[in-house]
Amino acid sequence: MPSETEPGLVRVLPCGERALLVEVADTLTAVALARQFDHLRAAGGPPWSDVHDVVTGERTVLVIAWRLTTMTELRPAIFESVSAARLPVRELGTGGGQTPEIVAPLEIPVVYDGPDLLDVAALTGLSPAQVVDAHTGAEWDVGFTGFAPGFAYLVGGDPRLVVPRRAEPRPRVAAGSVALAGPYSGIYPTDSPGGWQLIGRTEVTLWDLHRDPPAVLRPGMRVRFRNVGGPP
Amino acid sequence: MIRALEVVATGPLALVEDLGRLGYAAVGVGRSGAADRAAYLLAGRLLGEPVGRAAVEVTLGGLVVRARGSLTVVVTGAAAPATVDGRPVGHAAPVHLPDGAVLALGMPPTGLRSYLAVRGGIDLDPVLGSRSSDTLSGIGPAPLRVGQVVPVGEPGAGGPTMDVAPVAAPEGGRVELTLLPGPRLDWLADPRALTATPWTVSGSSDRVGMRLTGPALSRGERWADAELPSEGVVVGGVQVPADGQPIVFLADHPVTGGYPVVAVVRAADVDRAAQCRPGQDVRLRWAVAPR
Repeated sequence: MPSETEPGLVRVLPCGERALLVEVADTLTAVALARQFDHLRAAGGPPWSDVHDVVTGERTVLVIAWRLTTMTELRPAIFESVSAARLPVRELGTGGGQTPEIVAPLEIPVVYDGPDLLDVAALTGLSPAQVVDAHTGAEWDVGFTGFAPGFAYLVGGDPRLVVPRRAEPRPRVAAGSVALAGPYSGIYPTDSPGGWQLIGRTEVTLWDLHRDPPAVLRPGMRVRFRNVGGPP
Repeated sequence: MIRALEVVATGPLALVEDLGRLGYAAVGVGRSGAADRAAYLLAGRLLGEPVGRAAVEVTLGGLVVRARGSLTVVVTGAAAPATVDGRPVGHAAPVHLPDGAVLALGMPPTGLRSYLAVRGGIDLDPVLGSRSSDTLSGIGPAPLRVGQVVPVGEPGAGGPTMDVAPVAAPEGGRVELTLLPGPRLDWLADPRALTATPWTVSGSSDRVGMRLTGPALSRGERWADAELPSEGVVVGGVQVPADGQPIVFLADHPVTGGYPVVAVVRAADVDRAAQCRPGQDVRLRWAVAPR
């Protein structure tokens, strides 16, 4: 099955009868595109009204529809949306201006006393205080989810904070742990195993099944961390 | 009188399932729901119930329940031989359970999952709009346990209008599943290996996925050491992990995955995949020859 390539490095790949996978250049573009798709779903009308889930990946957006018949209309609609969006990558993150509908970032208070803070400092060549400044200094975008319910990959932070995962994952990481891995930051929504570098913790409850939506952090939102303690 | 099912025995695994929860993939929660959706939906239709009431998904029989109050039930999917107070009753045939009657399901001759539906539906608390037990995330009702009293809801208007549905039992021999191209088909060194290989269902299959064993599928040279950025996956997706043994995603599949999905099993065949037993032979074939 050939894949279509659009200028702007967007490919729409087949994914069975009821889904299409839109591949883009990077996470920020995927976030922007997913946001565009969500707007179209909210606006209603075919074929977007038939889309039941939009799943942002690291470099992809998966669009899943109810009906097989939607698929023929969905492919051109995706391309139309891509052209209309003009992929506003530069309007996300800290690199440029903001789209008008963006609300103020959600502030998350963090005590920076994580067990890996010194390792992160060593890996980045920064002091622990500089790590905290870098982490709190930039706004992060909620990119995509995965790994566990409510776990959001935060993107668009300070590029100096790119660190590898820990060689040995921990069997248990406490809910609320604030962590770094690769170019991402994240907050463990529930107690779980985990291999990210833990730099702090927050009291904010990020995942509550009795709430709808259950996750505080949802793709397209923005986050700013605030230092309320540490480093020691 | 409170209507309920009292669990006398559970068999290997008895879970509450309905149509699952849609619209939460963006926060990392998958759909879940009945693994053989067609069998589950048939049960609801036979009882004349509104679509979406929760039922019990019984894996390899063994479930025994006692009726509290007067109940109408039906068993669909894998044809577990059923008895009421020791007397055999029909499969895919609504049956009345007077207060205190004991329904027992034996081992089905073929297939993996039977659905016990009851008029009024299983009435445990919904989580995110669904009573489905998601074995991957742990969201939804816990597996049924012996001694549990499972509440049954109020039946809707209407009721059974058919005595029996003459449906075929799940296949016992070789099962053929039809594929459509997946997003990462080009990662395979030889896509024909998917359909040329006689696969066997692995014992480690579960509601997350049917795992197939056979000669390892190898990646194309270009992708030999590549890491796939994590991306959304769909039910029926055929994922090929590093060991080359494909997994067909079922109801509790993860929302995203970091291994290539090379093909997707046709929606109608996902239900049949969910009925395949460990050790059963599986062949894959393309709906339309790719490329």
